[in-house]
Amino acid sequence: MRKTIKDLVLLRNIRLNPDNHLLIFKVPGFDSDIKPGQFANIEAKYSTSTFLRRPFSIHNIDPENETIHFLIKRVGEGTRHITDLKEGESVSVVFPLGHGFTLPERDEKVLLIGGGCGVAPLMMLARAIRPYSEDIHILLGARSAKDLVELDEYSQMGELHITTEDGTAGEKGFVTQHSIFKNVSEFNRIYTCGPEPMMKAVAGIAMKNNIWCEVSLENMMACGFGVCLCCVTETKEGNKSVCTHGPVFNVNDLKW
Amino acid sequence: MVDLAVKIDKLNLKNPVMTASGTCGFGEEFSDFIDLNRLGGFIVKGTTLNPRQGNPYPRMAETASGMLNAVGLQNGGVEHFIHDIYPRICDYKTNILVNVSGSTVEDYVRVAEKLNDLEHIPGIELNISCPNVKEGGMAFGTSCTSAETVVNAVRKAYNKTLVVKLSPNVTDITEIARAVEAAGADSVSLINTLLGMAINAEKRRPVLSTVTGGLSGPCVKAIALRMVWQVSKAVKIPIIGLGGIMNASDAIEFLLAGATAIQVGTANFIDPQITIKIIDGIEDYMIRHNIKDIRELIGGLQM
Repeated sequence: MRKTIKDLVLLRNIRLNPDNHLLIFKVPGFDSDIKPGQFANIEAKYSTSTFLRRPFSIHNIDPENETIHFLIKRVGEGTRHITDLKEGESVSVVFPLGHGFTLPERDEKVLLIGGGCGVAPLMMLARAIRPYSEDIHILLGARSAKDLVELDEYSQMGELHITTEDGTAGEKGFVTQHSIFKNVSEFNRIYTCGPEPMMKAVAGIAMKNNIWCEVSLENMMACGFGVCLCCVTETKEGNKSVCTHGPVFNVNDLKW
Repeated sequence: MVDLAVKIDKLNLKNPVMTASGTCGFGEEFSDFIDLNRLGGFIVKGTTLNPRQGNPYPRMAETASGMLNAVGLQNGGVEHFIHDIYPRICDYKTNILVNVSGSTVEDYVRVAEKLNDLEHIPGIELNISCPNVKEGGMAFGTSCTSAETVVNAVRKAYNKTLVVKLSPNVTDITEIARAVEAAGADSVSLINTLLGMAINAEKRRPVLSTVTGGLSGPCVKAIALRMVWQVSKAVKIPIIGLGGIMNASDAIEFLLAGATAIQVGTANFIDPQITIKIIDGIEDYMIRHNIKDIRELIGGLQM
């Protein structure tokens, strides 16, 4: 769909835990042509220190109810303003931005790996993959059990695997230490989103085992539509803007 | 009906609102959001003789009411512009100017020569004020002699409208403005970004890969307004004012300070439709104040 800028009304602001909010906005005249992995740039009002918009992956869409969903972690002043929005208030949103994930071929075995708030785009991705493949594995990593959100929803999308750094849920350790990697070569595709060191580790495993892998980058950006040239990442064809050439990249195109 | 049209040298602008180089790509990036033909003009991203990869990431930092950037003139080079971009954008019914940057006088001249032949590019904006490249750029714009030398050389090679973009990182901007006017500039645009810096205290490291970068946004507006006002007293050529313009009221302030036209820069990142809102807002202001011709506002500051 064409990029648009709209004031969207916040229908629901659900506090999933002290840090994470699920925000559901109404999109009048909803155009369902939004791809998993695309993002939106949301205004962070009411403060001189949050001058720029904040980019967020689209967590989910509901075309029937004309809503768009974001999973937002409170990390700084910008995300605090946005997650403090009251139901019924409206905020300016520029969307949908960037290119989404490439969907698998029929019946391929796929692994979705999310770390921290990088789990956000994987919900919509898993829903988009389900018509093609029943063999979806979702591996979520967090610091501690209390940081994991929407586990029921993710477990409905595929087989759920968990790691926590303190061992309070799932296997103890980092995402890439999970036992699922013992048989990683069974997977046709790996999709990942999360902190860059985690994605680099996942990409390393994928490349070593010759597995197709896409990563979603979250470089700092100003505009979100390709004019400020601030969010570049080094690719084999030179610096490319994450907002327009990404945020999803095949690892083979990156200089990782 | 109010008349919004202004003139910069031979360029007829249907209204005084343009977009600033480096904040509007090649214009076409805005086509989902606005009708580009409504703009008085737009300035294409800084173009150099050879392709440039720009500076390493991170290239931006948010500041109080603004941002720092250190893009470093990433662009595909002038040949790429002429062959791959120009054919796509040349039909827009607005003034398309190319921002020209270089490391040597010879670079500037060669780029200007190549652009001189493009029918639908009625002018260039000479960037002697980029703070984010090691050689050239701002170095040319911070001394009268070097500014004069590069403008003189380009003037000989380029016979359409020559706008020179001035750096605010100088002791007295009016001296530079006078020097480039004497060297043959048809107009000056000001200000480019102010040299600034951001530090991450937790990591004890600079935020930008280049340590310093160019500050823009509403935090620079007061300085920009002051400089436009000073330069308007110093030169006879028309001024294009920019620096932190976020709304119609800001734009009108620049006109009152002496600018004939204005450019909207950083505000485009936050609201890609802001230019149209500013054009409409200027029109509303004129109706409200019973002003028929926008030229009544230019330099119309009442002391």
